Amino acid sequence: MFEQLSDRLGALFSRLTGRGRLSESDVTEALREIRVALLEADVSLSSAKSFVARVKERALGADILESLTPAQTIVSICHEELVALLGGAEARLQFSDAPPSVILLVGLQGSGKTTHAGKIALRLKEQGRRSLLVAADIYRPAAIAQLQRLGEQIDLPVFERGTADPVETARLGVAEAKRLGISTVIIDTAGRLQIDDALMTELERIRAVTKPHEVLFVADAMTGQEAANVADGFHRRLGITGIVLTKMDGDTRGGAALSIFERTGAPIKLIGVGEKLSALEAFYPDRLASRILGMGDVLTLIEKTRGIYTEEQAKSLEQKMRNAQFSLDDFLDQLRQVRKMGSMGDLLKMIPGMSRALPKNFELPETELKKTEAIICSMTRQERRSPQVLNGSRRKRIALGSGTQVADVNRLIKQFDQAKSLMKQFGGKRRPQIARGSFR
Amino acid sequence: MSWIGRLGDRLKKAGRSFAGVLALGGSERPLDAEFWEEFEEALLAADLGVGTSERILEGLKTVARQEGWRSAGQAVERFRRDVERFLDLPGAPILLDRKPTVVLVVGVNGTGKTTSIGKLAARYTAQGKSVLLVAGDTFRAAAADQLAIWAERSGSQIVRGPENGDPAAVVFDGITAGIARGVDLIFVDTAGRLQTKNNLMEELKKIRRVTERALGRAPDRTLLVVDATTGQNAISQAMLFNEVTPLDGLIVTKLDSTAKGGVVLGIVERIERPISYVGLGEAIDQLEPFDAREFVATLFDPQ
Repeated sequence: MFEQLSDRLGALFSRLTGRGRLSESDVTEALREIRVALLEADVSLSSAKSFVARVKERALGADILESLTPAQTIVSICHEELVALLGGAEARLQFSDAPPSVILLVGLQGSGKTTHAGKIALRLKEQGRRSLLVAADIYRPAAIAQLQRLGEQIDLPVFERGTADPVETARLGVAEAKRLGISTVIIDTAGRLQIDDALMTELERIRAVTKPHEVLFVADAMTGQEAANVADGFHRRLGITGIVLTKMDGDTRGGAALSIFERTGAPIKLIGVGEKLSALEAFYPDRLASRILGMGDVLTLIEKTRGIYTEEQAKSLEQKMRNAQFSLDDFLDQLRQVRKMGSMGDLLKMIPGMSRALPKNFELPETELKKTEAIICSMTRQERRSPQVLNGSRRKRIALGSGTQVADVNRLIKQFDQAKSLMKQFGGKRRPQIARGSFR
Repeated sequence: MSWIGRLGDRLKKAGRSFAGVLALGGSERPLDAEFWEEFEEALLAADLGVGTSERILEGLKTVARQEGWRSAGQAVERFRRDVERFLDLPGAPILLDRKPTVVLVVGVNGTGKTTSIGKLAARYTAQGKSVLLVAGDTFRAAAADQLAIWAERSGSQIVRGPENGDPAAVVFDGITAGIARGVDLIFVDTAGRLQTKNNLMEELKKIRRVTERALGRAPDRTLLVVDATTGQNAISQAMLFNEVTPLDGLIVTKLDSTAKGGVVLGIVERIERPISYVGLGEAIDQLEPFDAREFVATLFDPQ
C-alpha cells in the first residue's frame, strides 16, 4: 500500500540526504517531486497543491537552508503534514450507550460494502459485540444472498425482506435487533452514484428512520481524482461519520484517502487489506505517513507477530531450541503460524527500506511453503522426531507422498539440520527466529 | 437516446460539466503560459496522469511552435482530433466468427464483471444468438447466484459449480458443455482479483490454459473490465493482467459517474488494445459499443 509514493519520496530524500546542505533549487525540486508523486498516487489536484504549499511555507519558515540536516527537516515536515492530512489521531467506531448501535454503510457500486459489512461484523464479534446484518440492497442481483452467505460464514443473523422497500427493511431491522437484544445493527445498502437523486433520497430516508451512530462511506482505495467529489456528494446529503478504505492490499498508492479526508473531514476508521473476512485493520495515520515516506511500518509488523505465539508456546519453543530438541513437528508448527499472518511479501514490505530493496511485485513463493508443509506431513511421527532415520527409500516414499522430488526432500532436511546447528550455537541467547530457513 | 445524450443528462444533474477544456479554448484566448497550465490541470483532474498529460502537452506545444498557432482553440481542436484518432483501434467488437465464440472476462474486485456479462448476454440473445454463461467466480459469496439471475434476465444458459470449488474445473465443464450444446457464444465470468496477488493471477493463468484445452484454441476475446472511477492504478491493472492473460480489449464501466475515466488513455497507450464497450448505468441495455469520437466529444462537450 502506498508503495510507489514511499519509493519515490524515499529515493528523492536519500538522494538529498547524501548531500548535507540543500540549495534553494534542491528544495524547489523536492517540492516538485512531492507534487508529482502525490498526483501519481491519485491525490486530488487541489489536495496535492495545498499540501505542497503548506510544506513549502513551513520549510521556508523553518529556514531549512541553514539547517544542518535539511533533508530530515523536509521529511519531518512532510510526515507531520501527512499525518494531519490523513486524519490526525487514530479514530475508532462510535457506539451508542443505549443499544442497538446502528452502522450504515454507503458508497459507490463495487466499493466493497457487502463484503465489509461481513468484515466489520466479524471484527465486532471478536470484540464481544454481536451484530445483526440488514440487507437493504434490493437492486443488485443476489446481493441479499451474498450477505446471507457471509452471515452463515461468521455465524451471525441476517435480516432481509427480499426486494421489499429498503427503508422499511432498515427500520424493521433495527426493531428486530432491539427485540433480539443484539447490540449492533449493520445496514448494507445498494451502491449508487452520488448524483442519483432518487437513490440518494432513499438513503436519506434510511438514515432518518434508523438514526445511525455511524454512517460509513466505503471507498475503493484505487479511486482517482473524483474521490473527493464523490465522498463530498455523500457527505452533504448524509453526514458521513467515517471512511472505510477497501482494497488496500494491492499496489494502489491510495492517495484517494488523503483527498477524501481533506474534503469531508470524516476520519478513516478501517481499512480492508485482503479477501478473507478477517482482513480488516484499524487505520493509523502516523504509521501510514511513515510508510508513505519510506520509513516502513514496523508497528503493524509487531502487531501482526504479536498474538501468533502465546507466552507459553514461546517459552516451550525456546526451551526446545536451547536443548536442540527442536523437531520437524515444531518446524511445521512454526510454518503454519507464520502463514496465518498473511503473505510473506506483505510482511517484508513493512520493514523499513524493504519496499525499495525488494523488486517490484515481489512476493515470496507461497508454493514453496506449501511444498515444505506437504513434505513434513508425508513423514511418519518417528521421522519428524529423528530425521536421521531418513534413508533413501524413506525419502523416495516421502517425495511420492507429498508430490515433490527427492531433491526437495533432501534440501529441506539439509536446511533443517543447518537451522538446528545454528540454534545450538546461539542456544539460550536468542528468541526463536520465525521459520528460519523455510524460505532460504 | 444515445449514450452521449444520457451522459449529458447525468452531467447536467451533477451540476458540472466536462466543458472545462473546451471552455479553455472556446474563446480567442491567446496561447500563453496560463492557458497551458490550466490545460494541464484539466487533464490531471480527468485522471490522465502526470506522464500522459506531460507527453500530450509537450507534443501540442511542439506543434504549436512549428505551425505558429495563435489561439487556444487551435490547441484544443488538435487535442480532440489526436485523441480520437489515438483511441480508434481495430478489433473492438466481439465477432461471432467461431462457434462457439468464447469471451473471457477478467478484472479486479468490484469493477462490474458479472454485470457487464449480463448486459452483453442480453445484447446477443436479443439478436437471436444462443449464449452460455460460465460462473468461474467460485470465491465471492453468491457470485454464481448473481450470474444466474443475469442468465434468467437475458435468456442465457448457465453452467455453475460448487462455491469455493476449483474455478478452472467449472470453466472446463462450461466450455465443454457449450461446445456439446452448440451455442453461439460463451462468456466466462471470473472472480475479481487484485493484479498483484500472485497466487490468484496463477489461478487465472490456469483458467486460460484450461479454456485452451477445452476449446482447442485460445479464448477468442479476453476483456479487462476497468472501473471509470479508478485512478492511476488502472494502468498497473491493465499491464499485469495483460502479462498473465493477453488482453484483446477493455470494458470501461461506470462512465455514467462523474469520473472522466481519463486513465484509459494511459492504458491504451501502453497495451495498444481498444475499448470495446462502455457501461453507462444499471439497466440491462446500458452497455454500449465504444465510440472514440463520441467519447472525446463527451469529454469536452456534454450538450
